[in-house]
Amino acid sequence: MTFTVTPLRRWRITRRKLLKGGMGLLAAGAWARFFGFFRHARAAETVRPPSTITTRLRINGRDNTFKLDSRVTLLDALREHAGLTGSKKGCDHGQCGACTVHVNGRRVLSCLTLAATADGKDVATIEGLAEGKKLHPVQQAFVDHDAFQCGYCTPGQIMSAVACIKEKHAETDADIREYMSGNLCRCAAYPKIVAAIKQARGATERG
Amino acid sequence: MRSFAYDKAGDAPSAVAAGGQYLAGGTTLVDLMKLDVMQPAHVVDINGLDKQYGEIEAGKDALRLGALVRMAEAAEHPAILRDYPVIAQSLRQAASPQIRNMASLGGNVLQRTRCTYFRDPSWKACNKRAPGSGCAAMDGVNRRHAVLGVSDQCIATYPGDFAVALAALDAQVEILGTSGKHRLPFGELHRLPGTTPHIETSLSAGDLITGFTVPAAPWLRRSLYLKIRDREAYDFALASAAVALDLDKDRRVRAARIGLGGVATVPWRAQEAEKALTGKIIDETAAQSAADAAFADATTREGNGFKTELGKRTLVRALLQAAAMEV
Repeated sequence: MTFTVTPLRRWRITRRKLLKGGMGLLAAGAWARFFGFFRHARAAETVRPPSTITTRLRINGRDNTFKLDSRVTLLDALREHAGLTGSKKGCDHGQCGACTVHVNGRRVLSCLTLAATADGKDVATIEGLAEGKKLHPVQQAFVDHDAFQCGYCTPGQIMSAVACIKEKHAETDADIREYMSGNLCRCAAYPKIVAAIKQARGATERG
Repeated sequence: MRSFAYDKAGDAPSAVAAGGQYLAGGTTLVDLMKLDVMQPAHVVDINGLDKQYGEIEAGKDALRLGALVRMAEAAEHPAILRDYPVIAQSLRQAASPQIRNMASLGGNVLQRTRCTYFRDPSWKACNKRAPGSGCAAMDGVNRRHAVLGVSDQCIATYPGDFAVALAALDAQVEILGTSGKHRLPFGELHRLPGTTPHIETSLSAGDLITGFTVPAAPWLRRSLYLKIRDREAYDFALASAAVALDLDKDRRVRAARIGLGGVATVPWRAQEAEKALTGKIIDETAAQSAADAAFADATTREGNGFKTELGKRTLVRALLQAAAMEV
């Protein structure tokens, strides 16, 4: 979203004028600027005007309508437009899981979901898990087991863990490790994450 | 990411008529748009067609998978787990749970290569991304690149797993195009790189994959997918094998179906290996001969020479494990 849209016609005219004017005696620094200028002009030729979409998202039970650039991902819609910064941007390419949210009850990567495609759907984020001051059993278990260090991956880990338990993929340690493999933790809190999920699994089953 | 017009397709004919870039799960497309590798001007969201193309039908004669079935749904379907284990396993061992919840089966088979030089446009040379520009992988870091089906223009590995199972099992692809519906043997969907690595499939402009049919067969119960990776979960295959065996009571191979992943430029059907096994009593020697046949034409570069041996061992182990299955 950081493209500088340059009026194409003006650049072309300018380029032609520059060529007509003769560039032979330019100093080396000016040459570098000249070629940089051409690169920029080439890039400008493929810039297309932005396109706007309307998307209605039910986020943590509340309806929202957003008018957004079609390029906005669900993650950016949540963080930049809904003000919910709990979902984290790690790699922004679907490799780390920090952006995990639930869409219509299934865990997905919000960084690879266009906000437009989530139109009309239920989105659950880390902000919607606790009931008032009472933490969700998975949140409580992460606190009890110290299942994080820097905490950056934690919202994604917790959203993934809630789904993992609901899917019945948390029956064994091996299952937990396999079905939590889409959430990376660079602090390597993995053993404590497994322990937290085992505690929460029991709490969720009881409650 | 470059800007694009976005439309939701209300029905299949209007999706096909729209002539845009189809978007389902987005796990490949959105990623590659962010990297500026794909630059569609018009994106057509086909997720709304899931009523029509989102069903799994496990019939007596065939398994039919709608193209908008999500990977996770197929991986956990009871009939697929029981009767088509190789398909369930190929899906379960792919990607992560989140990605499997998002990615459609139709999109999954069209997943683009993970070749670093393809994915990073700061590398000028990539015949797949910029035809005629050369191939930075040939003498670059090519440890993960293909050894089968390569050309002097491209050695990019086809990265998927599910397609390897489909290639082995004589699946059919159902396609809706501007001139109506047609079917294609799965083995004809992907094209070898040859001199045109930028043309990856035999699909025409506007063609929409609507589903897959896998015919029921005696070898399906004794089938499995073995995937070897650098790490045990959430990684692409260095080598993989989809195998299905029909054995008689003396453990002689009546028929074998073999697909290979992680080692080839397209989902690879190893027919030479199937021929080498047919009529043999299945044991380590027979499995080794089949593996030697499968990799007889392997072409390696500096970094991926290990893949020939790894691919063979993967296939041998897969065949012996399949032979040992209780069915």
